[in-house]
Amino acid sequence: MITEIEMGKAESELELGLGLSLGGGTAAAKIGGKPGGGGAWGERGRLLTAKDFPSVGSKRAADSASHSGASPPRSSSQVVGWPPIGSHRMNSLAAKSAREEEEAGKKKVNDDEPKDVNKKVQVGFIKVNMDGVAIGRKVDLNAHSSYETLAQTLEDMFFRSKPGTIGLTGQFTKPLRLLDGSSEFVLTYEDKEGDWMLVGDVPWRMFITSVKRLRVMKTSEANGLAARHQEPNERQRK
Amino acid sequence: MDRRFPFKVLEHIFSFLDANEDRNSVSLVCKSWFETERRTRKRVFVGNCYAVNPLKVARRFPKMRSLTLKGKPHFADYNLVPDGWGGYAWPWIEAMAARRPLLEEIRLKRMVVTDECLEKIAASFRDFKTLVLTSCEGFSTDGIAAIASTCRKLRDLELRECNVDDLGGDWLSYFPETSTSLVSLDFSCLDSEIKLSDLERLLSRSPNLKSLKLNRSVTLDVLEGLLRRAPQLVELGTGSFSDELDPEEISKLTKALSELKQLKSLSGLWDLLPEYIPVLYSVCPRLTSLNLSYATVQMPDLVDLLSRCSKLQKLWVMDMIEDKGLKTVALCCKELRELRVFPSGADLDEEDVALTEQGLVSVSEGCKKLESVLYFCVQFTNAALVTIAKNRPNFRCFRLCVMEPFAPDYRTQQPLDEGFKAIVERCKDLRRLSVSGLLTDKAFEYIGVHAKKLRMLSIAFAGDSDLMLHHLLSGCESLKKLEIRDCPFGDTALLENAAKLETMRSLWMSSCFVSFGACKQLSQKMPRLNVEVIDEHPPKTRPDSSPVERIYIYRTVAGPRQDTPEFVWTIHKNPEVGVSRLSTR
Repeated sequence: MITEIEMGKAESELELGLGLSLGGGTAAAKIGGKPGGGGAWGERGRLLTAKDFPSVGSKRAADSASHSGASPPRSSSQVVGWPPIGSHRMNSLAAKSAREEEEAGKKKVNDDEPKDVNKKVQVGFIKVNMDGVAIGRKVDLNAHSSYETLAQTLEDMFFRSKPGTIGLTGQFTKPLRLLDGSSEFVLTYEDKEGDWMLVGDVPWRMFITSVKRLRVMKTSEANGLAARHQEPNERQRK
Repeated sequence: MDRRFPFKVLEHIFSFLDANEDRNSVSLVCKSWFETERRTRKRVFVGNCYAVNPLKVARRFPKMRSLTLKGKPHFADYNLVPDGWGGYAWPWIEAMAARRPLLEEIRLKRMVVTDECLEKIAASFRDFKTLVLTSCEGFSTDGIAAIASTCRKLRDLELRECNVDDLGGDWLSYFPETSTSLVSLDFSCLDSEIKLSDLERLLSRSPNLKSLKLNRSVTLDVLEGLLRRAPQLVELGTGSFSDELDPEEISKLTKALSELKQLKSLSGLWDLLPEYIPVLYSVCPRLTSLNLSYATVQMPDLVDLLSRCSKLQKLWVMDMIEDKGLKTVALCCKELRELRVFPSGADLDEEDVALTEQGLVSVSEGCKKLESVLYFCVQFTNAALVTIAKNRPNFRCFRLCVMEPFAPDYRTQQPLDEGFKAIVERCKDLRRLSVSGLLTDKAFEYIGVHAKKLRMLSIAFAGDSDLMLHHLLSGCESLKKLEIRDCPFGDTALLENAAKLETMRSLWMSSCFVSFGACKQLSQKMPRLNVEVIDEHPPKTRPDSSPVERIYIYRTVAGPRQDTPEFVWTIHKNPEVGVSRLSTR
């Protein structure tokens, strides 16, 4: 039967253990104590604490002082699997806000956009896989309105371990630039016909209606696709 | 003298036993009772498909007619279990096809079902009647077509929230013209359009059809024609409810709905437009179940509808109902037993949040039969929880999701410990609990002390230390499923309470401080537990003290599973072998 004192000992032993495994020097994880306290366990990611979530309205204004800027505040919807709503329902909500956005944006129709703006876009979470990474992820296309934000999210997902998400490939310090073909990886997608295409060639709206899933591919393997991409550059050089 | 009951007498007595819990108890009494029971069990339930070998199950129950299986951990619903984890139906289908060809019913939840599985079912069980797939994936509409075309006695075909590779609506045309046995059909999770004439003809020749759930692509203008062909429906899931109808069409639809004299359950109602609410008036007084969770209507319209539903027992709705709407529910729906309020995605930072804890307090006051709640809310107070507990000690299922992690009582800034204490103290029959908001170890001490009948507990972003887990594992006697994410406890509590884990179905932990070393120790200590580590990186390349991302621990008599993907590591019992993947894939 563990007494509180023994548990306390175990706690501090655990503290020390974690501190050591982090390579010393770094603040050892402080388990227990006040709410909002959390731990750091280095590059693998850390436990989320209250500081990671923005205050709700002015009632929590007092807490905003404690946001020391250690990490940018995020909405709780950026945490994987939170709030705990089933994916069917999530997709339905996402589709609803996409339609609302479409309705709001009907006034600004570009030449780029397809004529049938009234067509309902039911896009939600789509799968993303990366070469060499076993665990695939899902990304909510409705949360994005351009290729840039999508690429940024994917870079964060796979290459930088943000708190609250799994750092899938560990650290990677160079900025990735998935869209311009200058890095080791390119972003590709499978369209409704089953063909694999390079992301970025078609207007965004057209892209989200035809994309089925995404893949971060090694540039060396994206040969057939890369050729299409390089041509404009080559033309530019001439 | 042989004191045993003759087999025939025992068999007759056991035939009155329906509940598997009773049958399980009975089978433990002595060998002859075990034998008699197993020979008479018709409905088999396996809560974790990896807990037992399918062949053994097939052999044990020769009279099996119905099989229910569950695969992935519950948190798979929230994308916390990576794709490819497992939960394959195939070994079960294969085993049953070979040994139990008289099987009539298969119900699967959170499993990977391929077209091959479905074709095997269609080909192997000549009396097959019921297929219910909930939150399953891995199959296409081709598999469904195989079932439709081959199972001559098919009664129930239900796809609930499945992830289907939708190749088109042709599958519906595969029901042979001679098939008239259909009782329930649910294709609400499919995307593509079905051919109206196929459906109309199917309805016309299915006089026994009691439950029909359409998908969203079935438009409102065709609904009337469908209902005219199935006036005997007890459950209806409409398609989209937002297309424009002219007055004549509206009047026809209203009439068709009023003809559904047996209708008790209504769902679907995607994008319900306020102007169509009066169309539903006629069915409201008879409804016992109403799912408005996809109906994007505002509070006044919801009130309009709900004030007419005096017999309602089950209500699913979005937070647009607001506190005001829930007050109406409290006044008008006196038979209410189950309430679920889902978030509509409104901005969390909004000042005037119209759905607060007050809504749930009202319902707990007015609806005396309320026993099951799922409530998403931005913030809560201890006082509200205490009041709710006082009002409704008969809760069996209480799931509160305060959407802002670590949110304290917004009036007192205190943790919600006292509120949840009231819930577990007063609700002596509580079977399922989900906690949220700011919680310290104290909350879990209370749960450990009071929640003696609790079977399932879900926790996120809570607690301070190992004490939290220790309280739960040492206190909750009936605990069967525990799922935890993002809580700061570690190894000690887990190892101290290892024996408890064998009395439970499963334990899921993600983003906690459990180390790889502890997983190894646990596995060595407990021979009948599978300790599975889900991690991108091979655990053996990291020090024992490093924390693992996700762990799934479950009791099993089948040993480590052979179908783990590359990111799941089953810890070997033999410390020399360490960790490896047993799969040959």
